[in-house]
Amino acid sequence: MASTLLEVKNLKTYFGNIKHNPVRAVDGVSFKINRGETFAILGESGCGKSMTALSIMQLVPSPAGTIVEGSIIYNDDDLLKKSEIEMRSVRGNKIAMIFQEPMTSLNPVLTVQQQIEEVLLQHRGIKGPQAWREVITLLDSVGIPVATQRAKDYPHQLSGGMKQRVMIAMALASEPDLLIADEPTTALDVTIQAQVMNLLRDIQKRTGMAILLITHDLGIVSDFVDHIAVMYAGEIVEYATRKDFFTKPLHPYSKKLFASLPSQAKRNKNLDVIKGMVPPLTTEFKGCRFYERCNFAVRQCNEKLIELTDLNGVHYVRCLQFSDPHIEFNEKNETPDKISHDKAINNEIVYQVDKLKIHFPIRKGIFKKITGYVYAVDGVSLTLYKGKTLALVGESGCGKTTVGKALVHLNDMTAGKLLLKGHDISSPSAQQLKDLRTHVQIIFQDPYSAMNPRKRVAEIIEEGLLALRPELNESARNDVVVRLLKQVGLPETAVNLYPHEFSGGQRQRICIARALAVNPEILVCDEPTSALDVSVQAQMLNLFKQLQRDYGLSYLFITHNLSVVEYLADEIAVMYLGRIVERGKVDEVMQSPQHPYTQALLSAIPKIDKETYSDSTKEIIFLEGELPSPITPPSGCHFSPRCPKRMEICHNQYPVMQTITKTHIAACFLLNK
Amino acid sequence: MSSRLLKLLQQHYWQKVFFILVLLITVYRSYSWLFNVEAVYLTTDVLIYFLLICGIIFAAYIRQQPHLAIPWRQVFKNKIAMSSAVVLVFFIIAGLMDSIHFRQPDKSGVKDAAYSTDMQSLLDVSLRYISTDSEKTYSAPFAIYSYAKENFINENGVKYRAYPRLKFAGSHLQDPRNRWPDIASKSVTGLLLGLMIVTLLTVVFVFYLSKWRIHNYSNTWKKLLKGEFDLPWNVMLITVAVVILLCCWLFYMSNFYHVMGTDKVGQDVFYLTLKSIRTGLVIGTLTTLIMLPFAIALGVMAGYFKGVVDDVIQYIYTTLNSIPGILLIVAVMLAIDVYIENHTSFFETAIERADIKLLALCAVLGITSWTGLCRLLRGEVFKLRELEYIQAAKSLGVSNFKIIISHIIPNVMHIVLIVVVLDFSGLVLAEAVLAYIGVGVDPSTISWGNMINSARLELARDPVVWWSLLSAFSFMFALVLAANLFSDAIRDAFDPRQQGVK
Repeated sequence: MASTLLEVKNLKTYFGNIKHNPVRAVDGVSFKINRGETFAILGESGCGKSMTALSIMQLVPSPAGTIVEGSIIYNDDDLLKKSEIEMRSVRGNKIAMIFQEPMTSLNPVLTVQQQIEEVLLQHRGIKGPQAWREVITLLDSVGIPVATQRAKDYPHQLSGGMKQRVMIAMALASEPDLLIADEPTTALDVTIQAQVMNLLRDIQKRTGMAILLITHDLGIVSDFVDHIAVMYAGEIVEYATRKDFFTKPLHPYSKKLFASLPSQAKRNKNLDVIKGMVPPLTTEFKGCRFYERCNFAVRQCNEKLIELTDLNGVHYVRCLQFSDPHIEFNEKNETPDKISHDKAINNEIVYQVDKLKIHFPIRKGIFKKITGYVYAVDGVSLTLYKGKTLALVGESGCGKTTVGKALVHLNDMTAGKLLLKGHDISSPSAQQLKDLRTHVQIIFQDPYSAMNPRKRVAEIIEEGLLALRPELNESARNDVVVRLLKQVGLPETAVNLYPHEFSGGQRQRICIARALAVNPEILVCDEPTSALDVSVQAQMLNLFKQLQRDYGLSYLFITHNLSVVEYLADEIAVMYLGRIVERGKVDEVMQSPQHPYTQALLSAIPKIDKETYSDSTKEIIFLEGELPSPITPPSGCHFSPRCPKRMEICHNQYPVMQTITKTHIAACFLLNK
Repeated sequence: MSSRLLKLLQQHYWQKVFFILVLLITVYRSYSWLFNVEAVYLTTDVLIYFLLICGIIFAAYIRQQPHLAIPWRQVFKNKIAMSSAVVLVFFIIAGLMDSIHFRQPDKSGVKDAAYSTDMQSLLDVSLRYISTDSEKTYSAPFAIYSYAKENFINENGVKYRAYPRLKFAGSHLQDPRNRWPDIASKSVTGLLLGLMIVTLLTVVFVFYLSKWRIHNYSNTWKKLLKGEFDLPWNVMLITVAVVILLCCWLFYMSNFYHVMGTDKVGQDVFYLTLKSIRTGLVIGTLTTLIMLPFAIALGVMAGYFKGVVDDVIQYIYTTLNSIPGILLIVAVMLAIDVYIENHTSFFETAIERADIKLLALCAVLGITSWTGLCRLLRGEVFKLRELEYIQAAKSLGVSNFKIIISHIIPNVMHIVLIVVVLDFSGLVLAEAVLAYIGVGVDPSTISWGNMINSARLELARDPVVWWSLLSAFSFMFALVLAANLFSDAIRDAFDPRQQGVK
């Protein structure tokens, strides 16, 4: 039996006025981490998981937050009893932490070497040439190529993935017993995420340190975690080994989380959603915190506080179903409706993009001479069919957002053609531009920044009507606003509220209502769900499906989340560095990807289907390096420097599109016969 | 636009606001008729009242908009901000009273002259007994003897030099030895008077509060004493009480003594200090009024349109910034002087001339100080224009002008507000510095700068003439400190980076 490294007992961290209605961010959390194991805390935003981590480090923002109760036993020492000075020798030494944003976690004015040496000196007293050797060893161990040169770089010279590696190297420099990783890959792309997670696993094998992984992503915990704790509204609701959790989640909340994940198998039905919202953490709970939203809830659930029930020594659940065998539970039947997915075979083309090129000039000097171009989009052709969804998939920086914006003329295009229902609108007149905007609308990624915080919902939705349909009078506009709110599933009373009074999902609904106000036929959705939690994402995806069914909308769905694509899209176009590398029907691309990049992308997504769950790790194709700069794209095939199957010819020539089936094409020399 | 205005006026709330404004303007316009005086509208008076009306409309608007009202509530929840606001209000009242000018009916007997050429303000009239009680020269606070010796001839015909009794201060005293007991007893009377006013005000306020919040009267008292109200009314009442007690004492004592002494020509220093408030406020606020349109329009345009527009605007303000500010001010003030010399007929009185110089100073200070805010706004708009709601508005076909008006400007207003209140105290101090080097307001305008400048020459005398320097300094200090504390609270409440910290 492994020995306990860290034990958290009944930890309570409150914010605000402790006596008067505090925000109970962490409310009685207990767990144990053994030496050398990986422990994951899983939860949606605002459930208190990050605060738990910060409480362990005693980095809770003060004076706003206070640890009011509990103990954190680390190696038989209560960390909460230590003074700030004593804590300093624990922090970064015994317990190290890496954060979500590698971009802001490094000091931009110091080189990588200086930053790591600082840690070495502080915690291990190593300096001089010995420190330099240690820096190189560390950088090597986190897989940074040519470590001797990289060590002399400043953070801005490194890419996101590299920075996160440097962060990990810094955390490792003090040889910690426990590494707390707070959403370490959320800001990174899927392929990079796979690299970083793999790296963490390797390091753990080598050094035997324990990892506390904080995440919202069921995907990344499915791979190598030993134990999982699910947090909801400040407390742990389920605690299990990975295998138990993935094969038989017991708490209704955990079950719902799985059910709300989109996947290919659920294409023909609406996704399961969790009704309602997380209760405010200022509430003083009398019973189960999930009571309001639970399908199993019975009267007794809300009568007394539910204790964590030990099922078999390794699986704990905080649910009355398991602690009180006398009560009979029935799931209120809310199985999602089956929806027919057989859209009428419709090949009416509504929008066509032909060899679109968008190059941003780089200007330098006093006279703003053009010294080069950012080849953001370099010859992209797409076709949108009426009532269908085309998913544009790719890593960040590949130019997919630029394509989306070009479709509504938010970017100037360099070359190519845009055909809206056969009319060329590449260089539109003022009237054509107006027409375009009644046909094509865009929805943005971040619902928080997509609305003017100083406007009421009615004013926000009205904006397009005022600009594009000035003939409407006020009462007509009001009617439209109310109708739209109903369409996106918001109450009529929302019109007089301000955006900050809504949750993320509701805000995204308002954004959709705003876009629908001008009766568009095409919606460009730029990562509309990636800022949202899984359960909210499910609601949004259902809404998108329903709107498409009801109004025959066509979507260009820009995303990096392939499980969303599987669920929603009819066609996929995979983009790499400004060009489409593979395009086809969703089944074709997902089942038999032809381009090595698509294959790597698909393999990097952790599979979390519980039906197919197995302990054997699947083959992940790890890509070397990261997306090259679009200013100086590699010669030949853009993917060649990272391609595991590259050949001689790949470095010299860009492959032409090869037809695989009537609807499936890919650009790779491997497909040349 | 006009239909929207009409709709606005149909709301009960705005009707009230509108009514108050009309009342204010009517009173302002008709006081000449009411008091049988000839109203005189100096340019700065009109501008100050224009600002006041803008302020009232703005405040009324804010109360209607929850997202704007919340940070303001935050400001007033801050106890320090509340008490500095009270101090500022007293300064503003003095300044506003000093901005109603008129001429009294002429009593000199000169034919055809219905009104005297001597222009007075409401403040002058209220302080009539102080302003007219001039001595010959310097005298210390509460003194009854003059600062300078004079020649006397005694009964025996022998010339001798002695300190003469002052004409007004302490003239009621038969025996000069009774001065201190007299001051003490008069102080008590003054303070008692103050206490009466304070008690009355407090009772009325608590009564109003209990009505307004639908509490019973004694409960309101309890809550007030414990400070359980949302806003720190108790702090406000204490500050009001302190200020009123101080005022009552000073004004009451001024009836008998020169509480802050007299200056070189025997004018009461307390009166001069009070008159200086207006100059300070005018410089602090009108300068901002002049600079804001430039700063906002140019800053927003530069940030929003980028490219050539941005280049041109940047060149303008970097050029303007490279000219030493003092040099520009000296040049402009000189030009104004020459202009006034050549067009004496435009200005009827010396006060009007001084007034136009004051306005010119505001203008030139405004022109030299808009660049900072402009640069700040440009940077902020750079960030804003990339935000998705601006992009969404663009994709909905909203025009650039409308985007700027409805999306950009409301979202940079917090910066404007912060800069304006922070600049205010700087400008009040700048006036003093400019007067000191001799390029500030007209020497005939009463201002703290001029007071300090003239007091500077007397510091070398023995015994030291310290009182005019000290009183100018302490009033200016009170105003600037209150403004600074208030602006700190505003910055904390409005700066988005500060939110969430508290």
